[in-house]
Formats: sequence, structure tokens, C-alpha cells
Amino acid sequence: MFAATRAEGRAALVGYLPAGYPDADTSVALFRAMVEGGCDLVEVGMPFSDPVLDGPVIQDAQQASLAAGFSARKLITLVESVTAAGGRAVVMTYFNPVMAYGVDAFARDLASAGGAGVITPDLIVDEAGPWRSAMDAAGLAPIFLVAPSTGPERIALTAGATRGFLYAASTMGVTGARDQVSSAAPGLVARCRELTDLPIGVGLGVRTGRQAAEIASYADAVIVGSAFVSIAKAADNGAVGAARAVAALAEELADGVRTPTPAGDVA
Amino acid sequence: MPPRADGLPRHSDALAGTDHDPDERGYFGDFGGRWLPEALVGALDEVAEAYRKARIDPEFLAELDRLAETYAGRPSPLSDAARLTAEVGGARILLKREDLNHTGSHKINNVLGQALLAQRMGKTKVIAETGAGQHGVATATAAALLGLQCTVYMGRVDTERQALNVARMRLLGAEVVPVDNGSATLKDAINEAFRDWVTNVDHTFYLFGTVGGPHPFPVIVRDFQRIIGLEARVQVQRLTGRLPDAVAACVGGGSNAIGIFHAFLDDPDVRLVGLEAGGDGVETGRHASTISGGTVGVLHGARSFLLQNEDGQVAESHSISAGLDYPGVGPEHSHLADISRAEYRPITDTQAMDAFALLSRTEGIIPAIESAHAVAGGVALAREIGPGGIVLINVSGRGDKDMETALRWFGLGDDTAVDGTERATEAAEKGAVNAPDGPPAVRPSDFPAAPSGQDIQL
Ligand SMILES: Cc1ncc(COP(=O)(O)O)c(C=O)c1O
Repeated sequence: MFAATRAEGRAALVGYLPAGYPDADTSVALFRAMVEGGCDLVEVGMPFSDPVLDGPVIQDAQQASLAAGFSARKLITLVESVTAAGGRAVVMTYFNPVMAYGVDAFARDLASAGGAGVITPDLIVDEAGPWRSAMDAAGLAPIFLVAPSTGPERIALTAGATRGFLYAASTMGVTGARDQVSSAAPGLVARCRELTDLPIGVGLGVRTGRQAAEIASYADAVIVGSAFVSIAKAADNGAVGAARAVAALAEELADGVRTPTPAGDVA
Repeated sequence: MPPRADGLPRHSDALAGTDHDPDERGYFGDFGGRWLPEALVGALDEVAEAYRKARIDPEFLAELDRLAETYAGRPSPLSDAARLTAEVGGARILLKREDLNHTGSHKINNVLGQALLAQRMGKTKVIAETGAGQHGVATATAAALLGLQCTVYMGRVDTERQALNVARMRLLGAEVVPVDNGSATLKDAINEAFRDWVTNVDHTFYLFGTVGGPHPFPVIVRDFQRIIGLEARVQVQRLTGRLPDAVAACVGGGSNAIGIFHAFLDDPDVRLVGLEAGGDGVETGRHASTISGGTVGVLHGARSFLLQNEDGQVAESHSISAGLDYPGVGPEHSHLADISRAEYRPITDTQAMDAFALLSRTEGIIPAIESAHAVAGGVALAREIGPGGIVLINVSGRGDKDMETALRWFGLGDDTAVDGTERATEAAEKGAVNAPDGPPAVRPSDFPAAPSGQDIQL
């Protein structure tokens, strides 16, 4: 995927939604809308009871999904539906549900559903030995995060364990759309570039096409989560309205990643 | 530093390092580590490094000892519970009196240490999570003493059942933030504190309240609580000429228990028994007995036992005691259970409340409901061990904060004062007769006028 987007001279668009939100059926439609709206990759979020890296918007959505009975098995089915719709999926999950599922079984089932990799926001490389082996065996990409506080040694360590792309969390903080993308992001990406050739994705706080364009000027992928959740929630026309709204946001962001605009250039 | 005139250990003696320290990644056997976002690794390294230096810095150690002795009230006494012993008719029961510390519990031991550490690190603000409010009160106290800003996260449910402690924290100048997420109890307060920390890590110190969380918190908090056992070991030997046969302590996250256990880890003949919150009974699923009724998982930064469903979603815990109402437990306890060095048993709400009444009646000590779990377990052990034995019980806190709960449980309100008194007496008597493993001595249904423990959680 990154070969293709790099060839096009643009950043990739990555969209996140918690699986099973707002309910299992609508969720399938929303992921399809993200794909059709222009997301190059979707992050299928495993709902978790204690998502410490998420702000209220995504936490509430995860709780709603859990309350509606969502489970790890259903997550795998949802990944299958994304693959079937012609999309490309990675899973974003806190680690305890993976442990409960069984590390090897999770990797195997995800691979057979067509998943490409897994992002684990609360798993640092130091603890990831068995997980990396399981991902390797299944041919999946383990995707780890670095933060503005991560020093060069740990960036190198983390990048060395990561496949697919390195996830640069642009702010010290939790998920949630922000009016301004963190000023720490370009510096973090630059520091990463000195240490790895992996594509670098930037997330946490993006909500508009303009912000996407700004990030696309220095990153390989723009990652958007809370904004998709908010717009799905705000849509007043049920599942159909939510899917339309999600597709429209994806289109706006997809335009953004195709018109990279350094921050200073924004009029 | 010259030895104390009374020969008892000082708080700083607990920081000397032990044969039971975790490995460099923070593992006690298979448990511990750092299971949390990369963004916090730097902050944890910074805390670990500050602690590594502080624990060998004479200035830090002297200041810790000065505050422990002139402010917190260390050493805490050991009480010979003669009337309780007679009532129970088993082994001799001794009480380690952490309830007599300033702010009313063992929490101050840890808080003074960490607040001093925060100050040395140049942090201007401390944040904390609290369940029963005792850790929050202790943190607010230390922050007031040292001139630090303080924010305390507390589950909404807990702010309601521990309203008195919320008032105390506010009076001490802390901001109390009620947390509505999830089960609105301690685990959610911890989530919220982590969110705050990751956002404001530059100037903020997360003053963790128990021997849980990511490395290095389990070892730091443990070291600051080790003084309980170091003192008690000397005190018991002086009083009885030997070591106890068993040590009983309640286990929420596990800090008071690890604090008293640690001095006896290398004494294989001393049984270490942690009493977990059994709520309505482990078999009902409504409990907080993490080791007795949980499975291994990762939450709040550590690999440890956890209450969770088969999908790895963290389960809500239930206990009449806010301070024990937590689905996790410190990793060192999981390790001690794993290697069978310590035993863990559940105590139901009813058994704890019976013990609460029993200790009040026999010794004139109203314990925290958390500590009442230890008393219930200790009394059962005293019976099992029998006359001639010695059981040391850690009274981790005093019960002032729990009077509202007791009032409802026993029906001690105005209209029912006479009845209620009888009920508490009856509970005390039954508590003396029934072992915790047996049927509950007094069921909530025996108190038609009083709501059940479940209702008390609001
Ligand atoms: C008096 C008392 N004992 C025990 C506890 C439980 O904590 P830990 O298991 O860390 O000692 C609390 C917690 O609030 C408490 O207030």
C-alpha cells in the first residue's frame, strides 16, 4: 500500500472506528463507507472496558459496542467483511483482550480473515516478545507506537520491532479531535526518519481535510479516529445517514492527503 | 543516623533493598512489567531513576524519617488484643495499629515518601486515584504539607459512599474529580489518572496508591510500606519472645499487606494470609477477590491476576469496602500466590461487618471496613491455629470514614438506635462464633430495616 501511495506522491489515509459501533450491522456499513470514501487502510478497533489511551468520544463508543454484545470473535468477522468490501484492515486493540483470546490464535484467525496487522497502544516493545513471534508466524505486521516523549534509543528499538508502518502519536495525551494538530508531530516524524525507513503514520487529534493536508506534507499516513466516531454519532438519519456522513468525511480527508500543505502555507 | 533510642527500625530502613526485589524490567516471577502506552515509558524511567538515587541519599532518608516520626506518628504501636483473644478462644491475637497514623491509615507511609520524591524531581503537582478516599486524603495531606498542587480522581460511586473523605480532601486544598466512566469506582479513577498523567507528564507526578501499576510503582510503594512489617516483627518478638504463626492483612491493591508481609518472607514458618473482598461471595460473581477468583491478565500497567470475562474485558468488582473494590492486585501478590508463599482467602461483606462489630466491642477499636476483612480472616486463623499460637493482624486503617455504612448496615440511626445496638451486638457475638469459611454469621436479611451491602453502593 505504501509503495502505491508513495508512487502517487501522497500520504495514505487511515480511518479508525471501534468495531460494533453503534451496533454490529451498522458497523459493517460504516467500515464499508470508510473504504468507499477513500481510506487506504482501516483500523478496526477492538472495544475494551479500560481504554486508557482514549478520550471520552472513543471510550463511549467502545462502551456502547460492548453493551451491545460485541466480542473478539465478531471482530474477526468484521475484518472479513472489510476484506470482502475490497478494503485493507489492521486491528487496533489493547492487549488484554488479545491475551484472553490467546496470542497465537488471535494472530492466526486475524490472518485468515485477511487482516494485515495489529496496532497495540498499550504494548511496548519490551513486553512484546511472544506477540512478535505470533505475528511473524501468521505473516502479520506488529505495529508499535512512539510518542513525543520517546527518545532516539527507544525510537530505534520500537522501529526495529515494527512492520508495516510506525505509528507516531502526535501529542502527549489521549485520542480526541483537536482544533490544531500538535506542533510536536513534525519534529517527532523527523526524528523517526533519521532512525528508520519505515513509513510513518501520524495520529491523535486529526479531524479536518486541512489538518490531513498539513500532516500529509511530512508523514506517510494520516490517521483519523475520533472525528469518524463523532460524525457517525451525530448523523441523525440512522445507519444510512451515519454511513453517508462517514463516507463524506473520508472523501474530505482523502482530498486532504492528496494536497499536502505545510502548516505555514495554510492561508 | 544513630539508632532509635527504643531500638525500633526507622522508615528509611525499609528502603535498603531486599532479596525480593523485582528484576530490572519490574518482574516478580511472571508478574509485573510495564503494560502501558509508550508515551509513559520516559516518565516511569524518570521516577525509577529518582527513586534509585533517593533511596541512598542521606538527606532524603533523614527527611523521610523526620516526617514519619514527627508528622505521621511512627512507629505505630502493637496492641495485645486480650479481650478479642479471649472471645475467640484460639491463638493470641496481636494488632499492628496503622489506624493510629496521621490521616487514619497506612497510606501516609507511602504518600510521604512519594511526595518527597516528587518534590525532589521538581514536580509542582501530584495526581492520585482513590477508592475509599484514604489514599486521596493522605495525598492531599502530603501535598498541603509540601506545598504541591493536588488533584485526586475518584469514581463517582466512591465519592458518594465516602463523602466524608471527599470533604476532607477539599478542605486540604485538593481538587477532587469524580469519574463517571465505566463502573465509576477505583479502576476507572486509575484510568483517568493515567490519562491526566500522559497529558501533563512534564510537571506532574502520579502518586500511585498501592503496590500495583507499572514498574517501578510496585517496588516503590512496597518499600515505603515495608516499615509496617519491620516494626511489627521487632514488636511481636519483644512482646512474645518469638515470631507469629500467621500474619493477616486485607488485600485491595495489596500495599498494607505487602508492607506487613515483607519482613516475614524469609521466615517459612510464618504463614502470610491476604484477605480479599468476597463481596456477596466469590461463587456469586459479585466480589473483588482477584487472586481467589480471577485469572492472569494485564491492566493498569502490570501483568497480574485480574477479574475479567472470557473475552478479556475487565469485570466490575463488588465490595462493601470501597478500598478493596478493585478488579486487579499488585503483581508481587500474584507472585507470592504463584509460589505458594502467601495464601489468599475471600471474606464476604457480612463476615467483614461482623468482624467490624466484634473488634469494636471487644477492643474499643473501630477498624476501617477494609481492615475488618483482615480481622475476620485473622480471627478465623486464630481458631485454626488454636491456643498457644500467635496471629498478627494488620489494622490498616480506622473506621471513622465508614460510619455511614455501619449506620445503615446495623441500623444504628435514631429511630432504630436500640434495635441497632442489639444488632451490632448480635453481629459481634456471631462474628465470634462463625469462621469466615462457614456460612455468614449474620445475613443482610437478618436486618430487615437496613439495606444490603449491595444497596449501600448506591
Ligand atoms: C484502611 C485501608 N486499608 C486497606 C486499603 C486497601 O489498599 P491496599 O490493599 O493497597 O492496602 C485501603 C484503600 O483505600 C484502606 O483505606
